[in-house]
Amino acid sequence: MRAVASKAERAVTKRVLARFVAPLLAIAAGGRGRSRSRARAACAVLGLWFVFAQPARAQPTGAELLGSSNFADIQRGVEAVAGSGDPHALPILAAMQEGRLYARGDRSLAAKSSDGSYTDPLTGAAIANPGAVKPVRLNNNVRRALDAALGALRLFSPDPGTRQIAAEAIFKGRDPAALPALNRAIGEEKEPGVNRTMEQARASALLLKNDASDTDKLAAIATLRDRGDIDARAMLATLATGQPPAVTAAVAEAVNAIDLHLRLWSWLQNAYYGLSLGSVLLLAAAGLAITFGVMGVINMAHGELLMIGAYATYLVQNAIRAHAPLLSGASLLIAVPVAFVVAGAVGIAIERLMIRYLYGRPLETLLATFGLSLVLQQGVRSIFGPTNLSVTTPDWMSGAIGLGGLSLTANRLCIILFAIAVFAALQAALRYTSLGLRMRAVTQNRRMASAMGIRTPWIDAMTFGLGSGVAGMAGVALSQIDNVSPNLGQGYIIDSFMVVVFGGVGNLWGTAVGALTLGVLNKFLEPVAGAVLGKIVVLIAIILFIQRRPRGLFPTKGRFVEA
Amino acid sequence: MSRLAATLTIACVLGSALLLIVLNQATPPGSAAHVSTYAVSLAGKYLSYAMLALAVDLVWGFAGILSLGHAAFFALGGYAMGMYLMRQIGTRGVYANPDLPDFMVFLNWHELPWYWWGFNWFPVAVLAALLVPGILALVFGWLAFRSRVTGVYLSIITQALTYALLLAFFRNDMGFGGNNGLTDFKDMLGGISLQSDATRCGLLLATAILLSAAFLLTRAMVLSRYGKVLVAVRDAESRTRFLGYRPERYKLVAWVVSAMIASIGGALYVPQVGIINPGEFAPANSIEAVIWVAIGGRGTLSGAILGAVLVNFGKTLFTGALPELWLFALGGLFIAVTLFLPNGIIGLLPRRKDAAVDEPEQPPVLTTSEAAAREVTS
Repeated sequence: MRAVASKAERAVTKRVLARFVAPLLAIAAGGRGRSRSRARAACAVLGLWFVFAQPARAQPTGAELLGSSNFADIQRGVEAVAGSGDPHALPILAAMQEGRLYARGDRSLAAKSSDGSYTDPLTGAAIANPGAVKPVRLNNNVRRALDAALGALRLFSPDPGTRQIAAEAIFKGRDPAALPALNRAIGEEKEPGVNRTMEQARASALLLKNDASDTDKLAAIATLRDRGDIDARAMLATLATGQPPAVTAAVAEAVNAIDLHLRLWSWLQNAYYGLSLGSVLLLAAAGLAITFGVMGVINMAHGELLMIGAYATYLVQNAIRAHAPLLSGASLLIAVPVAFVVAGAVGIAIERLMIRYLYGRPLETLLATFGLSLVLQQGVRSIFGPTNLSVTTPDWMSGAIGLGGLSLTANRLCIILFAIAVFAALQAALRYTSLGLRMRAVTQNRRMASAMGIRTPWIDAMTFGLGSGVAGMAGVALSQIDNVSPNLGQGYIIDSFMVVVFGGVGNLWGTAVGALTLGVLNKFLEPVAGAVLGKIVVLIAIILFIQRRPRGLFPTKGRFVEA
Repeated sequence: MSRLAATLTIACVLGSALLLIVLNQATPPGSAAHVSTYAVSLAGKYLSYAMLALAVDLVWGFAGILSLGHAAFFALGGYAMGMYLMRQIGTRGVYANPDLPDFMVFLNWHELPWYWWGFNWFPVAVLAALLVPGILALVFGWLAFRSRVTGVYLSIITQALTYALLLAFFRNDMGFGGNNGLTDFKDMLGGISLQSDATRCGLLLATAILLSAAFLLTRAMVLSRYGKVLVAVRDAESRTRFLGYRPERYKLVAWVVSAMIASIGGALYVPQVGIINPGEFAPANSIEAVIWVAIGGRGTLSGAILGAVLVNFGKTLFTGALPELWLFALGGLFIAVTLFLPNGIIGLLPRRKDAAVDEPEQPPVLTTSEAAAREVTS
């Protein structure tokens, strides 16, 4: 009795602690969680053994009842075993649920393992000669009791993950019958995160219990409110009728609080989607910011350079799969420089063979490069076929990371990081390399640069090659989120130009800000207006914006005559 | 443009149309001289495209505005005509609904949206075909020219305009048939079947006559004093402004007229092709129209017509025989014409002295340094 009372006290203290300190602890514990929890689990097992082993042996009826042929007896047996707190209760009942539990002639139990041998589930000792055994009988009532008992027992599993899952299951299942076990588990629980879930499970079950006191209900409502997700909201919403006014008011308030909370998270989620779209736009437009922004060349074949990057990824992956399967995890990383070189080489060829004859004639450049884009598309279609090719996603880019109410998909996260890296590298290349210096010199004052001994035609080719190469690298990223088909580039060309023009031609930072602004704007409009209408609104907004600021967000400084 | 060239152009347009009609109507099917109705419709389609080309040439060749969104006006005109033809179907649709076009019944709409009212009258459709693109062009052009959006920037926002319209017309909620567009037309003008040979010939003749009229109108415009200022704006906008002209007004007039001509082309296109769908808004279509003009000869009105007919004739031949080569050919044309044939096919003809005014002077070749004293990054 004394032990029980002291345990109840401890439970209360811990409940209080859990509500206020647990979130902090969960964060602080972080990386050290694993070793601590293992030690803790060992202590818990020992403790349970000493507390409950004695009574379980003194009244061994629970296990014996399982061998009965009467279903009511078996059900009582399940409940008795589950309530015994014996550390072997879980394996016994688990074996029973899997149909591996047998009763021997003397009503003792034998668990059959997968290789056909029997062990005594109470001691774990092997049974050499089980004699005549018959399976422990199950019907639906017994199964139901078994499920509930196992759910409750798993709350005491030494593995915190299992306990967490069990608590979550009770939270969703809302079975008031699980309350006693839950109360005990909360008393035992030392892992703050698991403890919190258990509290929430208790709250959800308690709210279904008709004879619960108002104080308990209010506490439960507060717990659910702290949980603040859509499940908790649904549970509270069902509680609206037939309750005392204080409870009803608390429910209404809690639902409002959760709604606000959810809205905040969905706002953050939208911001993340916007960031993700913005980084894709930035990648697509970064190359164009060089060729169009810095050089002033209208390259309508820019989209096809993205496409070439994506096809280069496909070829690299195929080559790696055929010749070096060990590297397949890194195939995307290998594809990045390859795509840069391939697209860059194509870009240099375009510049040397075509664009250099058209400098100073932007509209003609536009038409010629549009023609080139048709040729490149059809060329790729003739070689690889018109269908989508499959580019694999490496393991480290799949899955999602949960962060509070956010779900951050790994591939989008990688693309955001990649966009940042590409942008930083591009800035660095322009600012700190000698080639970058020359590029800036040539674009600022061609004649002066030429007089200083810079080979301007060569610099033109290199600049265009750099922009094209960046487009190729972007293609690697796009291959992960879009269909690798000959039409890949067409979907991005208008957006890319919009980004560059919106941000301000000739300004890389403007391109970055433009891309992020358009991405975030798009994603915030989507839930309100729908995807297509949102996009239309953005396009019209850009058209109107250009009327107001014909030189974009960040116009280049200095005066120059309009051509 | 000499009077001779103008007469020749009109003679060619009307003459070839009449010739095709006579060969279709007067000769028995199967004779060597017989021209199929399909070919008559095809010719009508080319001439509708020629109107689009003429419109593009007016703004690009004479006002220096490279529009990459002119197909939007063409498609709007087409939709106006398509709406009229839809209403003419009446109860002969699949759902036999007297009040609603089929696609609206399919979408569970219960009443006609207000913007469909009146489209069972031909004059309303014609008015809409003229006014809707005209007003759109007026608003868009007024905003753009007033704030001096020029050159590439203007090209890009015209492309954004047609792209936005493309997306909008793809939506079912817009009430224009969504992805499928408007089709399954039966007849027009009080029961004239669209499928009959005579109607096809009549449509071709109407297209040829309206094309000639548009040609004469644009010719009168560019030869007038207004046209001279327009060319001055094209070649040196700032200088013209400093001389006391208001370039934005000159450009706006040309822009709106051009949009209306394109729209009439679209309205004539739809009954001859039998369908209009949002694909007509695709930015690539607008750019293709620009290349017709470039191939024919930018800044020559006859060249625009010639280019449109020739390129589309080539397209018909290619897509029939070697479909996968068509994009190579078209793309190659783009590149070759801009690199080697800046004045188009008309530019190959011996030049007369008094024709000089029509030729767009190549803008002085600005090197990148002169075009912009730009900083790479701020």
